[in-house]
Order: sequence, then structure tokens, then C-alpha cells
Amino acid sequence: MKLDLLTSLYVFMLAAFIGFEVIRRVSPLLHTPLMSLTNALDAIAVIGAIILVGERKSALSTVLGTIAIVAATSNLVGGFLITDRMLKMFRPSGPKKP
Amino acid sequence: MTAAPGREQLIEVAYLAATALFILSLKWLGSPATARRGVRCGELGMLLAVGGTLLHHGIVDYKWIAAALALGVIIGTPLGRVQMTAVPQRTALSHAFGALCVTLVGTAEFYLRAPDVPRFMMAVLALEVILGSLTFTGSLMAAGKLQEILPQRPITYRGQNVVNLALLAVALGAAAYLVHRPGQTQLFPAVVGIPLLFGVLMIIPIGGADMPTVISLLNSYAGLAAAAMGFVLDSKLLIIAGALDGASGFILSVNMSKAMNRSFSNVLFGAFGQEQPAGASAQPERSGRSATPEEAATILAAANRVVIVPGYGMAVAQAQHKVRELYDALTKRGVEVKFGIHPVAGRMPGHMNVLLAEADIPYDKLLDMDEINGDLPQTDVALVIGANDVTNPAARNDASSPIYGMPILDVDRARTVMVIKRSMAAGFAGIANPLYYLDKTLMLFGDARSFVGAIVRELAGAQG
Repeated sequence: MKLDLLTSLYVFMLAAFIGFEVIRRVSPLLHTPLMSLTNALDAIAVIGAIILVGERKSALSTVLGTIAIVAATSNLVGGFLITDRMLKMFRPSGPKKP
Repeated sequence: MTAAPGREQLIEVAYLAATALFILSLKWLGSPATARRGVRCGELGMLLAVGGTLLHHGIVDYKWIAAALALGVIIGTPLGRVQMTAVPQRTALSHAFGALCVTLVGTAEFYLRAPDVPRFMMAVLALEVILGSLTFTGSLMAAGKLQEILPQRPITYRGQNVVNLALLAVALGAAAYLVHRPGQTQLFPAVVGIPLLFGVLMIIPIGGADMPTVISLLNSYAGLAAAAMGFVLDSKLLIIAGALDGASGFILSVNMSKAMNRSFSNVLFGAFGQEQPAGASAQPERSGRSATPEEAATILAAANRVVIVPGYGMAVAQAQHKVRELYDALTKRGVEVKFGIHPVAGRMPGHMNVLLAEADIPYDKLLDMDEINGDLPQTDVALVIGANDVTNPAARNDASSPIYGMPILDVDRARTVMVIKRSMAAGFAGIANPLYYLDKTLMLFGDARSFVGAIVRELAGAQG
């Protein structure tokens, strides 16, 4: 696993630019779901933890990695669930008036 | 191992697809019409990424992985089903979990690689665990304050900033030394431990009203920590997801700090809640005009345009469903009702919108500050429910006010202002609000939920 530093920096920079441009367009109306969705996406860190645990290189790495998987997975599941629940509630004023 | 090359490529393709899906997910979140598609997209991307990772050839044992994934689902499901009023503390808690994951993986990676850690790798690792651990304890503290397990008021003491910055400097110094001499593994616990303490101390001086900024900032830190982890593991997917999360938190923190008229450096160094109102209580002893639910109902029923301005007080009183009833009653009478939402109303960005959407108020009636301020001069009644500082005209015209320069909702430009409030006492920041003493202002004293309920009953009674 060779660390190609420069490529990684390019990737980081471009992703940050895309992030700024895309997220700037998110309506303030949805800023709470935005935060919970980015939180769920951030739980992608679970892949690092999964490899760490699976490789079983040391007892310490297995224990820490297992806790890390639990933490990230609960974010992943909880984050997507609550984002969808919130978004379900956002309704435009329809033609049907009560 | 023979199938390894093909499998490696399959994993890479899954990661590539996941990256595209994550970006699309955020893009579709941009508008309420496509937002749920965005969530589906994010879920699919996550499924591909986790599925691909499980194929990784280095994995020799699935026992612990399976158990941990199952436990994560068991813990995460109830966290996805909390009440909407508990969303701010849930969000803070999830920042803590994300940061915990990153810190633990970083710590494990360090001990696996030590003492031969390349310099750049060590620098990123240090960044990862420093950001991760301070975000972990900081977010736990924020969640505790929001859940009111911990006192919401800011706790300040002399030399607080000096102590905090000194601690951070020690942690950074230890990290720098480790970059220089990665063999000094005994320093690593300090690099993890001191920021844990710093995270706690950082949140102690922060009051409830500053939470929107703090949560956004912690969000940004959590994202940057994950991106740093991506550098360590050489995972482009992680770098990109972390950068997206970091950018999102950064944008929200800038928005929040602008909405509170704080400088960005003020936000970055976590020095919130320092401004103690000096001489702001010089307001002469006056009492505003007050009105009963009957009078309020009469005025509202006679109006053509009404703007409701909700604040944290509405959330505390759980008044959003009564507000919905008021919205219905007025709309039925042909009154045009809109909502004016300040960016920092509530305890996190967008907090009010979620509560009002939960109460079934159509989102096209929820307007942000810039949109609604143009409407307010043509508005008959501005009804303020549990908001205070964000409506304070002193921010616009009193240079001596601690909140001078903060953008506000110009409710004082409406023809009549009604303010539902428990008492005449100053708001959270302890700043007197001249709005309450204007001739056009009527104070409606009482609990937000029961007062709005009383107005609704009056409107229904007048109808029948």
C-alpha cells in the first residue's frame, strides 16, 4: 500500500470544492436533514474499521476496531433513518385544504 | 488468494460508484422535492461501499465484524427514531460516535505501524486523533447540554482561554515531536488524551443559544478527522466523504456565525459565550402593553397578512402543533400566514423548519430571514413565539448593544407586533429588547402552547 500523497491531496481539494458548490445550494429549510445526512455518509469510516478488525493484526486493533464499527454503524443506520423521517414530513401546500 | 486481483478491482469499482452516489445524494438533498431520492442514493452508496469492503482479501475473520455490525444496528435504530424535538442532541451524539470511530481506528493504526511511521503519515495520524478526540468529548458535552443533563448556561472562569489554548498547544507540541521521532510511542497517549480534555473544556463556556454554531463546527471537525483517516488508510472514498462532511459543516458554521455577527476566527477558536452584556440592563423600568387571547384573536382575524416568528421557546413549550392549529384557523378565514425563520433560531441549523414540518405546515410557507424581511413592512401582524434576540431592533440601531450588527428579523416594521413570552425578563443573553416597549407591540404573557391554544379557541368561538 503505497501512499500517493499528492494524488490524495488533489482528491481532497477537488472533493472540498464539489462539497462547497453542492452544499451551498441546499436550501436553509433543509439544513437539519443536511447535517444528519452528511453524518450518515461520514459513517463510511466504518470501512476502515472493518478492515482493521478483519485483519486481526493485534488484540488492541481488534478491540478498538470492533468498538469503532459499532459506533460508525449506529451512525449509519440512525443517520439515514432520521434523515428520511424528517424529509417525509416536508410537504408543499397541496391543493387539498383541510 | 488466486482471485485477488479481480476482486480488488471489483472493490475499487464499488468504491467509485459509492463516491458518485454520495455526491449525487447531497446534490439531490438541495431541494425538498428530490431530497428523499438523495437519501436512497446515499444508502445505496453505503451498501456498495460496505459490501465491497467485506470482500477485501485481507479480512481473515468475520466473527467480530458481524457482531459489531449487528450491535451497531441495534444501537442505531432507536437513535433514528427519536422525537423531533430531540434532534439537536441526537445530532451532537452522532458527531461523537463518528469521531470516536475515527479516533479508535487512528489509535490502532498508530500502534500497528509504530515505531516506523513515515513523517507525513504520522502528521496526518496526529491530526486525525486530535480532531477526533476533541470532537468526541466536545460533542458529548454538547449533547449533554442540549439534553439538559448538564447546565445550559455558559460557565466561565478567569484565564479559561489561556488554559484551553495552552492544552491544545501541548497536544500539538507532542504531536510535532512524534512526527519528528515516531519511535517515542509513550507520547501518543498525550496526543489522544489532552484533546479529550480540551473537548470538554471547550464546550463548558458555551451557552445554549450558541449551540447552532458549535454543532456545525463539530460537524466540520468530524468530517475533517474522517478525511485525515482517509489519508492514513490511502482511501479516496474516505477522503471524499470526509471532505464533503467537512465542507458541509464549514458552510453551516460560517452561516451561523454570520447570522450571529461573530467573526469566523471567534468561531474557530471556540471562544463563544464570552460577551457578557455590559450596561445593557440600563433599560428604564417600563412595562409593555399586554393583551388577552381574545384581543389577540380579534386582531389576528382582522389581518390580511400574518408572519409568525418562532424561536427556541416554541420548541421548549412544544407549541408547534398548536401553532399549526392557529395556521389552519387563520388560513380558513382567508388570512395569509407565513413563517419567518432566523438562521440561528433554535438549537441547530434548520431546527425550526423540522419542528414546523413535523406539525404539518407546508414548507413553502417557511421563509428564511432574507426572504421574509422584504415582506414584513407589508405585514399586518408579526407574531413572535418564543424568539427574542433575533427580533431585537437594537441589533440594527443601537451601536452600544452587545448584539449590534447581528442580522435580525425586522418584525418591528410590521404594523402590529405580538410577542408571546412568559414574562418581561430579558432573554437568554440577558439583553433588553426595546421591541417590547414599542407602541405597536402587544405582549401576550403566558406559556406559548396554552396561549396559542387560547387564541385558537377564541377564533373558533367567534366563528360559531
